[in-house]
Amino acid sequence: MTSLEMAPSNAEPDGAAPLLEVRDLHVEFKVRDSVTKAVNGVNYSVSAGETLAVLGESGSGKSVTAQAIMGILDSPPGRISKGEIFFQGQDILSLPESERRKLRGAKMAMIFQDALSSLNPVLSVGYQLGEMFRAHQGLSRKDAKAKAIELMDRVRIPAAKERVGDYPHQFSGGMRQRIMIAMALALEPDLIIADEPTTALDVTVQAQVMDLLAELQREYNMGLILITHDLGVVADVADKIAVMYAGRIVETAPIHELYKRPAHPYTRGLLDSIPRLDQKGHELYAIKGLPPNLQQIPPGCAFNPRCNKAQDICRTDVPPLVPVTERDGAELVGRGSACHFWKETIHG
Amino acid sequence: MAELSKKDEQTEATPNVSDVDVVAAQTESEAVAAIEAPVEQGEPILQVRNLVKHFPLTQGIIFKRQVGAVRAVDGISFDLHQGETLGIVGESGCGKSTVAKLLMNLEQATSGEVFYKGQDITRLSGRALKAVRRNIQMVFQDPYTSLNPRMTVGDIIGEPYDIHPEVAPKGDRRRKVQELLDVVGLNPEYINRYPHQFSGGQRQRIGIARGLALNPEIIICDEPVSALDVSVQAQVINLMEKLQDEFNLSYIFIAHDLSIVRHISDRVGVMYLGKMAEIGTDEQIYDHPTHPYTQALLSAVPVPDPEAREGRERIILTGDVPSPANPPSGCRFRTRCWKAQDKCAEEVPLLAVPERFKGADSPAAHESACHFAEEKDVVHAA
Repeated sequence: MTSLEMAPSNAEPDGAAPLLEVRDLHVEFKVRDSVTKAVNGVNYSVSAGETLAVLGESGSGKSVTAQAIMGILDSPPGRISKGEIFFQGQDILSLPESERRKLRGAKMAMIFQDALSSLNPVLSVGYQLGEMFRAHQGLSRKDAKAKAIELMDRVRIPAAKERVGDYPHQFSGGMRQRIMIAMALALEPDLIIADEPTTALDVTVQAQVMDLLAELQREYNMGLILITHDLGVVADVADKIAVMYAGRIVETAPIHELYKRPAHPYTRGLLDSIPRLDQKGHELYAIKGLPPNLQQIPPGCAFNPRCNKAQDICRTDVPPLVPVTERDGAELVGRGSACHFWKETIHG
Repeated sequence: MAELSKKDEQTEATPNVSDVDVVAAQTESEAVAAIEAPVEQGEPILQVRNLVKHFPLTQGIIFKRQVGAVRAVDGISFDLHQGETLGIVGESGCGKSTVAKLLMNLEQATSGEVFYKGQDITRLSGRALKAVRRNIQMVFQDPYTSLNPRMTVGDIIGEPYDIHPEVAPKGDRRRKVQELLDVVGLNPEYINRYPHQFSGGQRQRIGIARGLALNPEIIICDEPVSALDVSVQAQVINLMEKLQDEFNLSYIFIAHDLSIVRHISDRVGVMYLGKMAEIGTDEQIYDHPTHPYTQALLSAVPVPDPEAREGRERIILTGDVPSPANPPSGCRFRTRCWKAQDKCAEEVPLLAVPERFKGADSPAAHESACHFAEEKDVVHAA
């Protein structure tokens, strides 16, 4: 628990409560006699108007954390074994399901990666968008349809009036993702969680969709959690980053700081292993080995078998997320690293 | 004058077969001999000329009639030299994977030629075709679906030897497969394991080992790393570069990730809607692009460095890629291009060194299919 008090990303500078706060969250999946520990003590917070990027490879627990926040975890087998989630000052994990249900869509909404499989293929997009208003606000079909057209206009789908009756397969990938965004925005939520919103899209379309998302976020002053594995997309839109590895946050930092001076060997390895568009590199740095099996996370720091700085302490003690400071001890706002040797990593 | 220059362009831009060293083989044995002859480093090994693939669209149930065609690949030409990596980039639906299938002769080309060492592989059959297929292998995108889950790794990597037994005699196969596993960085003792026991990166290594089994000269890689995690991607890319040096391979590297393509390629071709928009060395394409589509594509790539990002110009294209069943007249990019003029709708721009850069000793002097080609650096911060 010491890691919580010290985790810098959780403290708001002005003392105001953040929009969303996740505290020491643990999620596990129990199948027969094996337990997969997907999330092992995650702390993060998002304020209104802020974008938090959660970066991690597949299996790092980034999506499972999001599902726990939304309350859409597959359970069983999934189970929140420990931790709290505060949303607008309220502990939402203690709420009954009927109350959670009112939050979903109205106060917090999610954008999924694959728009084609997230939309119902046998209902028109207008119907699916209008459903939001009919279910939550009890609008009539006619009013809901008018609202749907308005939403489609807002996410800049051309000829919204003519296309409101079209089915998902009649739209291109980029347009479908816009419909997903429209659906998430429908009830003007305070928090949006976007789980790999542009991974399935081409780069030119990805740029359009990310721009739209950033613009709408500013307009409505929403909190945005952007879950991604793409270090490039993150650099474009996020305010701060949390890097996840094997169900834990290993580094937190404001966006500019992270790329300039990573304070965790995993983050450094990731940054060195991606080729750059603007310079012809030599051999890529490759992090050796594979991400850990979540049923047998190595003792100590989960990254130790792949880390070339690992010492004995890394194999026995789990490093807490501690604040990162300058060489002279000056505070670096919002920075934290879960590495026993963060000083050597950041200051060389 | 305008007339004349256009005519000049025509002859230069449509590389006809005359620049290809066609080997006239009368018999199958001659063809096989030509295919098995070695090629000097840096000489063209694969030459593609005006390659076209149209997929017919039909209507009607009993009496099928053709109502149109999806022009997946619509006349592209390029050379692949021995020992080099040619990257092909483009958005989904631009025809890059169809090109891969045509080069493998897995699809029958509608028209055009693919010369492998002077032999048109679209017209070969029998023994000669079999010899070509041995020398051109493929690594697929999805390591989860491209390996048969019921076969052991040893059977998967050794299967090519069933079709080409001359490469490895029966008693020798197990040892060969173990050697290959070692070459791609897997433990040779895993020979009896099944694909599900491996991670994505390891599976892709198995796919690469299978591609190497017959000692090919060309490997066509269709999005070989796009299904992998970032930290594993680098391992596979490094492996592919190592193998290229070790076995003197030529790669055609198809991908949508422009940063990876720059890293691995010697030359890069940019495709849009079944046509080649621009082709040149990696420096020419990335640092001195002259085609508006290439510029837009490059400017849209997010760079993992917030500072380099801020000084860069961004070109956000409007709209989506048009349907290849009904491509725009003239230049195919004109519907999304900010430079488009009347000329672009009327005249198809040819892939050639633009008139204004012709003869200039500048990196901008490379082939680009645009009427208004202009150099613009979109990758580096201003």
